[in-house]
Amino acid sequence: MAVSTLPMVKPEDFASDQAIRWCPRCGDYSILAQAKKVLAGQGIPRENIVFVSGIGCSSRFPYYLNTYGFHSIHGRAPAVASGVKLTRPDLQVWVVTGDGDALSIGGNHTLHVLRRNLDVKVLLFNNQIYGLTKGQYSPTSPMGKKTYSTPQGSVDNPLAPLVFALGCEATFVARSIDIDTTHLTATLERASKHKGTAFVEIYQDCNVFNSDAFKYAQDRTQRDDNIVYLEHGKPLIFGKNKDKGIRVNPGTMLPEVVQLGQGVTEDDLLFHDEKSPDPSMAFLLAKMSKLHGMPEPVGVFRAVERPTYDELVNGQVATAVAAAKDTLDDLFNSGDTWVVA
Amino acid sequence: MSAPLERQQKPTETLAEAVIRFCGDSGDGMQVVGGQLTNTSAAFGNDVSTFPDFPAEIRAPAGTLAGVSGFQLHFSSADIYTPGDMVDTLVVMNPAALKTNIGDLKRGGILILNENEFDTSNLKKAGYANNPLTDPELLSKFDVHIVPMTRLAEDSVAGLGLTVKEAARCKNFFALGLIYWLYERDCAITEAWIKDKFGKKPKYVEANTRALRGGFNYGDSTEAFPKHYIVPKAKLPAGKYRSITGNEATAWGLVAGAKRCGKELYFSGYPITPASDILHKLSELKRFGVRTFQAEDEIAAMASVCGAAFAGEIAATASSGPGIVLKGEAINLGVMTELPMVIVDVQRGGPSTGLPTKTEQADLLLAMYGRNSDSPIPIVAAATPGDCFYMVQEAIRLAVTFMTPVFFLSDGYLANGAEPWRIPKFSELPPIEVKHPKPTADGVLNGYADADGKYLPYKRDAKLARPWAAPGTPGFEHRVGGIEKRDGTGNIDYAPDNHQHMVDTRARKIANIADSIPEQDVFGDSRGKLLVLSWGGTYGAVRAAVEQARHNGRNVSHAHLRYLNPFPKNLGKILGQYEKVLIPELNTGQLSLLIRGKFLIDAQPMNKVQGKPLLVRELLERFDSML
Repeated sequence: MAVSTLPMVKPEDFASDQAIRWCPRCGDYSILAQAKKVLAGQGIPRENIVFVSGIGCSSRFPYYLNTYGFHSIHGRAPAVASGVKLTRPDLQVWVVTGDGDALSIGGNHTLHVLRRNLDVKVLLFNNQIYGLTKGQYSPTSPMGKKTYSTPQGSVDNPLAPLVFALGCEATFVARSIDIDTTHLTATLERASKHKGTAFVEIYQDCNVFNSDAFKYAQDRTQRDDNIVYLEHGKPLIFGKNKDKGIRVNPGTMLPEVVQLGQGVTEDDLLFHDEKSPDPSMAFLLAKMSKLHGMPEPVGVFRAVERPTYDELVNGQVATAVAAAKDTLDDLFNSGDTWVVA
Repeated sequence: MSAPLERQQKPTETLAEAVIRFCGDSGDGMQVVGGQLTNTSAAFGNDVSTFPDFPAEIRAPAGTLAGVSGFQLHFSSADIYTPGDMVDTLVVMNPAALKTNIGDLKRGGILILNENEFDTSNLKKAGYANNPLTDPELLSKFDVHIVPMTRLAEDSVAGLGLTVKEAARCKNFFALGLIYWLYERDCAITEAWIKDKFGKKPKYVEANTRALRGGFNYGDSTEAFPKHYIVPKAKLPAGKYRSITGNEATAWGLVAGAKRCGKELYFSGYPITPASDILHKLSELKRFGVRTFQAEDEIAAMASVCGAAFAGEIAATASSGPGIVLKGEAINLGVMTELPMVIVDVQRGGPSTGLPTKTEQADLLLAMYGRNSDSPIPIVAAATPGDCFYMVQEAIRLAVTFMTPVFFLSDGYLANGAEPWRIPKFSELPPIEVKHPKPTADGVLNGYADADGKYLPYKRDAKLARPWAAPGTPGFEHRVGGIEKRDGTGNIDYAPDNHQHMVDTRARKIANIADSIPEQDVFGDSRGKLLVLSWGGTYGAVRAAVEQARHNGRNVSHAHLRYLNPFPKNLGKILGQYEKVLIPELNTGQLSLLIRGKFLIDAQPMNKVQGKPLLVRELLERFDSML
């Protein structure tokens, strides 16, 4: 008996009967577990939820949930999701993708779904590697990365997913970390409630082909100095002793790390405004990278309201339908016609 | 200027049919006046067939050979099938148009030349060393009328405050007016169209109307044309008619087909010649619940169609060869997930970018085999512009009945060509049955579940079609995807026997469609010397040639395929009834390959790839050589 008429409140209620085939200790397990928590908490019946994915390890995600699911083709999940959401705006639609899927083969679709602001939740599992094809460098791999296809090191400048998303003026842009379960759950929950395209980059450890790529952000002994939590309306403070902050240098207009005390107070720091209509400051935050000696922000970079694409498309149809005066027969008979007796 | 034009009593001659071609620079408005002559002739009651032929460049350099645009119309008092092999009256607006079109004018045919454009510069651009207007050979071969059309058009609109350029631009309507007089056509439909088109700019309404009447009066009052012609009404089957192009008919067919399913249409496309008009037409039909999505590329258009089909809608896309190639991967996702969707391919000359504005039938094998692995897809094709309306609905019917993507093949010739179309009544089109499984009131899955009550998304019916459970239906939550799956459960399964079973099952499902399509009919004799087997847009030329050959006592019959995969189940039997089989196609032998491979017969190919339709003459010559 598969039909449940009771409201499902437990994360287990969203598990499918399929055995999970990710490698042991893969970061995907934690993401799946947090996603189930969020799904269970939002009160939407599972038949009204659709998970769409592309190709890659992350894209197996829909098989492990008992919602409706579509495991599509490499890079095209945003386009498949567009067809679902445009025809069925009543459904909650999620896209699960990876750094190769979303930013390499599917870069074009990611760009357009973000700029259109279709009401879908996009979860990008970033592990900086091609896992399913066994270890080639991805668009987010750092320069010099040695992989099977780059034995002398990668010479490709890496792409920062959130810089890309903000460049597309995405309305919701966030970052979280696979094993930071509390933060990840809170972030996914925020994304689930956002009306419009919610883009979440999740640092995900591929312990087989790119182990510890994000150790600096995951490890308890290191992370406090390497990541800075974003909170709306609060100053950007980080460090084991909460004694470091991010300030915008008035000369360069770029973020810099400052030591609190010694004449620098909280009031001198950058206060996070996720609702700023202009994405420029969020863009500067997204540019902050370990590669350039800066701590990396996690949390919600941007959360603004804009009409959604599915609303606009269906709004035009609804307006036209309401104003319709003719039938299909009228259409066929419109224009120049003549009768043959 | 609403009073009807008075006419002098010049003598008239009655003709059974006439072929007119307007040609000029692509900025000269030849397509506009061609369309007007079509509507006027169709509304008068002639049978019509048109052939617009224009360059791929929006505006090739003015006056050059590459920039010539033409519109040919065949109108008749009897049934006709083609725009005509040869032209009776050729209207030429500049030297380049003369050079590229004169070869198609019948000997003794009427040649109307716009004198004002035959200046040194235009002659040079067209590559004429001497002015052809004084060429004695041209003057002796044809009934030549040299008319200063640009100047006369300018004179007609004098005093309206138009710039010289604007005034000169009215010359196409002057030429149209002259043809209206020459073939006894009424100006009223065009005058109404001008009013509608330029309504916001009264100056242009007045100017174009005056130019039209100027041309008409020129024919009537000068001595240049001693007589004019009447082509009486055709005896078409009774009914109400309109003129329709293939792309229009395709767009309307998609809307009607979705409605017959009790649904609304989702259409996603990416602009591409010659398919873009389908996207344009559908975008105007939102009031019928049509959702259109101009995607970021061809791939996204197709992928979104897969998404919409999964969501439970009637979903379609349209493109041409280069776009269909890009869609291949997502089409195969549709094959693997067994979801219903329609792919319209308006074929054009190729390979690669090829000849964007010219016709060809060379995507048959692409539709049949142009994807990775064994991925059978049903294929239907329209025979005429109006037939697009019906065959695209057949594509929808097969898609939802058998849960499969379906190809509908049109081509550039059908897409832009027009014919009189007997207007159907929507209520007379039978409904198409669509089943979405629903649970009973107590939540039981109604025969779609396994012993544990779990939904089986690949539990097949007698036709081997799987159920189409739409998201939002409780209890039917399921996952589909491109990975091979176990029949019944739809779970991922790489087992050798399962893959064999699934490949065989997908093939059998498509092959079985032969039981759900009409049997093939034959025009002519049920057995005999020569059968001509054709498909798609060559219908008109082949049928006209076969009729003519039979009229001349030749033993020739004709079968025209509208279902190409699977073939109608009696096709093999039909092919065996003739001594010889000829397969004419606008490609290098694609249907021939399929027929020879499937039926092991020595069918003879007849192929042409010039971006132009088959000519009746070419076919008749080939019949003669085979009989």
